[in-house]
Amino acid sequence: MNAHLQERRIILKHADDPSYSNLIGCYLREGGYETLKKAFAMKPEEVGEEVLKSGVRGRGGAGFPAGMKWKFLDRKSGKPIYLICNADESEPGTFKDRQIMYKDPHQLIEGMMIAAYAIGAKQAFIYIRAEFHEGARILNRAIQEAKDNGYCGDNILGSSYSCDLVVHRGAGAYICGEETGLIESLEGKRPNPRIKPPYFPAVLGLYQCPTIVNNVETLCNVRHIIEMGGEEFAKIGKPNNTGTRIWCVSGQVMKPGYYEFECGALTLGEMIFGVCGGLRPGRSLKAVIPGGSSSKILRADERFSGKLKDGTEFDWGLEDIPLDFDGPASVGSMSGSGGIIVMDDTVDIVEAMANINAFYAHESCGQCTPCREGSLWMRKITQRMCSGGAREEDADLLLSVANQIEGRTICAFGEAAAWPTQSFVTKFRDDFIKKASETVEEKNSRKLQLI
Amino acid sequence: MSNPLNLSENTLSKIDEVVPKYPEKRSAALMVIHLVQDELGAVNDFACEWIANRLDLQPINIKELVTFYPMLREKPWGRKHVRVCRTLPCALRGSYATCKSFEKKLGVKEGHVREDGEYSLEFMECLADCGQGPVVIVDEKTYENVDGDRAEKFADLLLDGKLDESDEFQSYEDALLKKTEE
Ligand SMILES: Cc1cc2nc3c(=O)[nH]c(=O)nc-3n(C[C@H](O)[C@H](O)[C@H](O)COP(=O)(O)O)c2cc1C
Ligand code: SF4
Ligand code: FES
Repeated sequence: MNAHLQERRIILKHADDPSYSNLIGCYLREGGYETLKKAFAMKPEEVGEEVLKSGVRGRGGAGFPAGMKWKFLDRKSGKPIYLICNADESEPGTFKDRQIMYKDPHQLIEGMMIAAYAIGAKQAFIYIRAEFHEGARILNRAIQEAKDNGYCGDNILGSSYSCDLVVHRGAGAYICGEETGLIESLEGKRPNPRIKPPYFPAVLGLYQCPTIVNNVETLCNVRHIIEMGGEEFAKIGKPNNTGTRIWCVSGQVMKPGYYEFECGALTLGEMIFGVCGGLRPGRSLKAVIPGGSSSKILRADERFSGKLKDGTEFDWGLEDIPLDFDGPASVGSMSGSGGIIVMDDTVDIVEAMANINAFYAHESCGQCTPCREGSLWMRKITQRMCSGGAREEDADLLLSVANQIEGRTICAFGEAAAWPTQSFVTKFRDDFIKKASETVEEKNSRKLQLI
Repeated sequence: MSNPLNLSENTLSKIDEVVPKYPEKRSAALMVIHLVQDELGAVNDFACEWIANRLDLQPINIKELVTFYPMLREKPWGRKHVRVCRTLPCALRGSYATCKSFEKKLGVKEGHVREDGEYSLEFMECLADCGQGPVVIVDEKTYENVDGDRAEKFADLLLDGKLDESDEFQSYEDALLKKTEE
């Protein structure tokens, strides 16, 4: 394999080392909690400055710069400040936070305690999806180990700063990954997201107090930023796309899995055909969903051209798209949570759509009429199309439903549910039209069932 | 507090431990529900009332959670609960066939409990292990690449109570536990 297709593991450096376990001994052996000591020798604002300088963007989906988010904290209110780690990991196609929490939990705890110190948090929480039974146990044990060693809890490192860290389990609802839904859930309520403005967590978050919500991978990066300094960190990757990212590749490639690379180190094509060993013999690429199931689908034979933010022009095929934040965004999709879902030519695109629509219909919290009803309609239409009842006008019907959701809802779930339908139907219009004339033989000849 | 649900000492003490961890009692609701459900298998109206009482809430405040969250139950699953991931990445690797073969082998329809209460089967949304799909969770353990013939074999081992000893299907959790023991 080409040298530049070698992973650069920072966050997952030890995760799969056979001699490295998730106990604190291994973490300390590898220099763990030294960075916490370094951070505590700095002023909290200085820690925040380094994170700002690093340019690190959130790894949970939206890619918002973490340092900037921390700056938005309302410190004047005098209310307690809270830190929440979003460990709900529920965007289909994403399985990176799991690797961190199960295999190297202390890295997250150290990152969180540094972040908590920087923002002056009174208390910190890890909101973990309930399917991660063992993950919650591992974290609880690790937190106890950290407390026993003075790295967490009362008087951290003998200082006057104390911050408890509590693991809170969800109960199987995707919407708890949306930060304001998460906060409602953590308050013991139904996870109905709150409208922004005014409910930006940094101002009116948990118990209406200023709150920072960051993803697991983002908080781990904080530890490395402080260790190497913000400016050094910013040299990894590319401007505006700093650090590494853990890409999760799933679907029809030979070697699916999680791969950590510097941002922009490789293209989507190099990832699929190099790192992941390409497709199964005799198959060709049909489409890729680049950033979790909510992101807009890309067609294998599409051409993308336009101008990057810095003014340079590009003319790319799917394989040329750089894997960082800006690459997938500049072709009209997004890198989202880093979940790359690969589909080959055996896939029936309408069935894939029906599968995704079933997910969103199941997960809508139901507060907003366009989202609740629209996601159900999109599921029903695509399901009917796949059970022999497709009509040519369904393509337009689907688009009109999706278009009536986007921009008309309380939270971004509305977009997350509409984007797949909008992009599938627009880009694969022929497949949707053709569905109406599909014969039973054609349908039965497909081995892979997706709905 | 009296103990009309007959919860074990262990569960009661865990509840006492978890409630004060939160700045507001109500925040402990999900964690307390989990603890009660782990022991009783489900949270019925009577249990809702008890939990509400414990947290100084109204029963509806608990009931509305039990009815919302997919993993909270008003009726118990079977003694062994099998979850198969349904979502696209797993489906692309054959999870629909896996679910069907489990339905046949275990003798229970997806979403249901077998009549004798032994097994239940659930076709779930993404379990965050999409790279190694189809993903299957049995009770609390996660198994990867359970597709095609392997799915049949998996169901047989499960039915024979031999899944835990099998080398072919080591769970994600057990693989990690082995590391900490070494
Ligand atoms: C519907 C929906 C689901 C989301 N699910 C997750 C999730 O599972 N994990 C996550 O970290 N962020 C998720 N997010 C993004 C969060 O709202 C939030 O932006 C993120 O946790 C912030 O952390 P970051 O800035 O470190 O990325 C989701 C957003 C939406 C709209
Ligand atoms: S957009 Fe959907 S998920 Fe978000 S608040 Fe509205 S109904 Fe709930
Ligand atoms: S789609 Fe099955 S684990 Fe994510």
